[in-house]
Amino acid sequence: MKPTDEKQLAEALSSAATPFEVIGLGTKPALGNVVKGTTLNLSAFNKIINYEPDELILECGAAAKLSDVEKLLNEKNQMLAFEPPDFSALFNGDHAGSIGGALACNLAGSRRLKAGAARDHILGVTGVNGQGEIIRGGARVVKNVTGYDVSRLMAGSYGTLMAFTSVIFKVLPKPETEQTCMLQDQGPAKAVQVMSEILATGAEVSSAAYLPGEGTCLRIEGIIASVNARVEIVKSALSVKNVLADQESRLHWKDICNVALFTSQQDKEIWRIVLPPSDAANFIKSLPFSFEYFFDWAGSLIWLQTDTASDVRKYLSNGIATCFVAQSTKNIFHPLSKDLTALNKRVKAAFDPKGLLNPNKMSTEF
Amino acid sequence: MLRMPEPDQLIIARRSEIAAALRLIVPHDSVIDSAIQMRPYESDGLTAYKQMPMLVVLPQTTAQVAAILIYAHSNNIKIVPRGAGTSLSGGALPLEDGILLGMAKFNKVLDIDFINRCVVVQPGVTNLAITKAVEHHGFYYAPDPSSQIACTIGGNVAENSGGIHTLKYGLTVNNVLGVEMVLITGEIIRLGGTYADQAGYDLLAIIIGSEGLLGVVTEVTVRIIKKPETARAALIGFPSSEQAGQCVADIISAGIIPGGMELMDRPAIHAAEAFVHANYPLDVEALLIVELDGPHVEVDDLLVRVENIATNNKSTTLRVSNSEAERLLFWAGRRAAFPAIGRISPDYMCMDGTIPRKKLPEVLAGMAELSKKHRLAVANVFHAGDGNLHPLILFDANIEGELARAEEFGADILRLCVKVGGVLTGEHGVGVEKRDLMDTMFNPVEMNQQLRVKCAFDSKNLLNPGKVFPTLHACAEQGRMIVRGGALPHPDLPRF
Repeated sequence: MKPTDEKQLAEALSSAATPFEVIGLGTKPALGNVVKGTTLNLSAFNKIINYEPDELILECGAAAKLSDVEKLLNEKNQMLAFEPPDFSALFNGDHAGSIGGALACNLAGSRRLKAGAARDHILGVTGVNGQGEIIRGGARVVKNVTGYDVSRLMAGSYGTLMAFTSVIFKVLPKPETEQTCMLQDQGPAKAVQVMSEILATGAEVSSAAYLPGEGTCLRIEGIIASVNARVEIVKSALSVKNVLADQESRLHWKDICNVALFTSQQDKEIWRIVLPPSDAANFIKSLPFSFEYFFDWAGSLIWLQTDTASDVRKYLSNGIATCFVAQSTKNIFHPLSKDLTALNKRVKAAFDPKGLLNPNKMSTEF
Repeated sequence: MLRMPEPDQLIIARRSEIAAALRLIVPHDSVIDSAIQMRPYESDGLTAYKQMPMLVVLPQTTAQVAAILIYAHSNNIKIVPRGAGTSLSGGALPLEDGILLGMAKFNKVLDIDFINRCVVVQPGVTNLAITKAVEHHGFYYAPDPSSQIACTIGGNVAENSGGIHTLKYGLTVNNVLGVEMVLITGEIIRLGGTYADQAGYDLLAIIIGSEGLLGVVTEVTVRIIKKPETARAALIGFPSSEQAGQCVADIISAGIIPGGMELMDRPAIHAAEAFVHANYPLDVEALLIVELDGPHVEVDDLLVRVENIATNNKSTTLRVSNSEAERLLFWAGRRAAFPAIGRISPDYMCMDGTIPRKKLPEVLAGMAELSKKHRLAVANVFHAGDGNLHPLILFDANIEGELARAEEFGADILRLCVKVGGVLTGEHGVGVEKRDLMDTMFNPVEMNQQLRVKCAFDSKNLLNPGKVFPTLHACAEQGRMIVRGGALPHPDLPRF
């Protein structure tokens, strides 16, 4: 089913008795448990509705292509500051997907350290809930505490609460330039320590990653004079082996964001683990199986590639592990406690009492 | 006048029994039941409304909170959570038949973690105390509501508080990593932690700003960030609000996101100057404070760009702070705007709508018309960067009818904000104050969706009832609510 306007979508959902698999542009189908249902294709909701650069506001159809959105923003030297990654290499796709998909998966790139995720930039969502009701959440303003923040709740809801038709995002000016300071590889524990130390200086690092074999990378963005001065702060505090200038730096972080660093292997699984940075090195050390990995978000994000049989979650005491690319049947998302499962189920039912929207996708329980 | 839910006389009749039951959970003197000792709790920052609670209870541990909520839930007793009571929207207004749950004893900083750049605090810790706890390492907690010396982080979570630096550093929701909270049924749950993501739905997003209607927060983990190397402010005067508004738009179009950007209109400038003597220019219609923070070289560079933009917009005065003392003086007037108005008017009412920035001249003109219509003066301070407007309506409650006129004026201003594409409240919350205006923003279908979220957390509607939502519905009805032609269902049901 492929509705072309909100009314059609609302009618489809209010009269439906069996579940739907909700998709936008379908670029991340493997991200979530298997959904059994009729395909509800939202790709028709793809228009740019209103872009106001001096209000820092973009309103567009939920299925607008991220690449189109970014091109439009780029013309005014603006961007989605949460830097939605392009996972097409992981999912055998050919583009980064839709802006609504970035919200549904709460995507965030390396700049999360400074700028947050999709959840931190969403201002409004319009969509249709599981009862076929058109719901408008949020508004075209940055500051809004009127009622519950329904639009922010949509971040990371994987199409299980509402089928989105349009979104309003806050946009921000693009940094004039960027540079990346590359440090020697001194191992993961030292890398986390160094990243933590530099975040306590005036260097205002916007991204910090550790690539085993390559070393620690510290990204500095802003106006030219400021970037130069802050690179000097890093150089005076740490031993910098080389500095990547502007375009080279951008490409470097694109590879990190997009997880393009693993050597492609057919039978491997890829995990995305979020944990306190101070736990990252010990967690890596505790794993008894073979793997490749790197850190982003100053050690708070670990991308890990390993064999199918490796039980990553068993070794994680405080954090969230998502099996991003699975080769075997398993829970894609981190399991919830009993009380949280019950609460999540009630929240799901508040939007979709009949369980029509992507049932099973986030949890076998809802 | 404001209508609250009809008090349950059967509950009120059980008052001594309830006090005794609570004293089995908390120490004897942590239950307050004498009128004189309950008096300080009768209102919050919205002092126009007063109501004595049935009882006040001051728990000290999460287990006590859970036990109190389980007791209240099984006995169908309403609960009103309260932090420092600085709410400007009546979010902590007590109920005659409700227990006021004061969180003041939750006042400890539990953990300071510089490695992971976060602090774990109890909800009764004040906003400013978090910064005080970490500033010796050069860190701070970014959201800075004007009441930060008194307001608590628990209250900030309830209201999703902002402040002057929101445009660059975000709201409470962007700076809280996790909470421990107790549901009305007594379950103690943890959302988030010392890292950025949550498993399951982003329930933090819905808890933050939920005005005490979804649960009682007993612990908060916040993100701390490094204090900028320097901050300098420019004080810029304009002959009209249009020019000041255009200057704001041009600064943002030039790719500059200031740490703070505040606008005051003539009445606010004059009141603030008379109060704190910040040396504000008095011959301008609009005064803009633009603060830039970051490395010295960046701040110097951007100040030159801002000065050029101001000149192009025909600014008539422009001063840049040359010392920290001068920067603080520039802000002193703005930060004291509310008490400054309090000096020149027996009473004032502060509104909190947000509008698309470009609508500022239209809204200011509309407000001038409304001022004539309601025969009351208004002064404006404006978080210009993010469109959050704080009109201060001047009135005298001792003059018959002025409070009612001020309320009507305020409601008209908020209707105007919504009409131009804005919202009722940017940071103060709906509370009781804007509750009856919710239908100017949400249609019945959307309101029911919000109420179903409430039911997912609190199916008996015991947590802070009478706040935020104007209509009463039992949760069981929500699933089969039918709305036709925009008409509210159950027209016979009281809308209080």
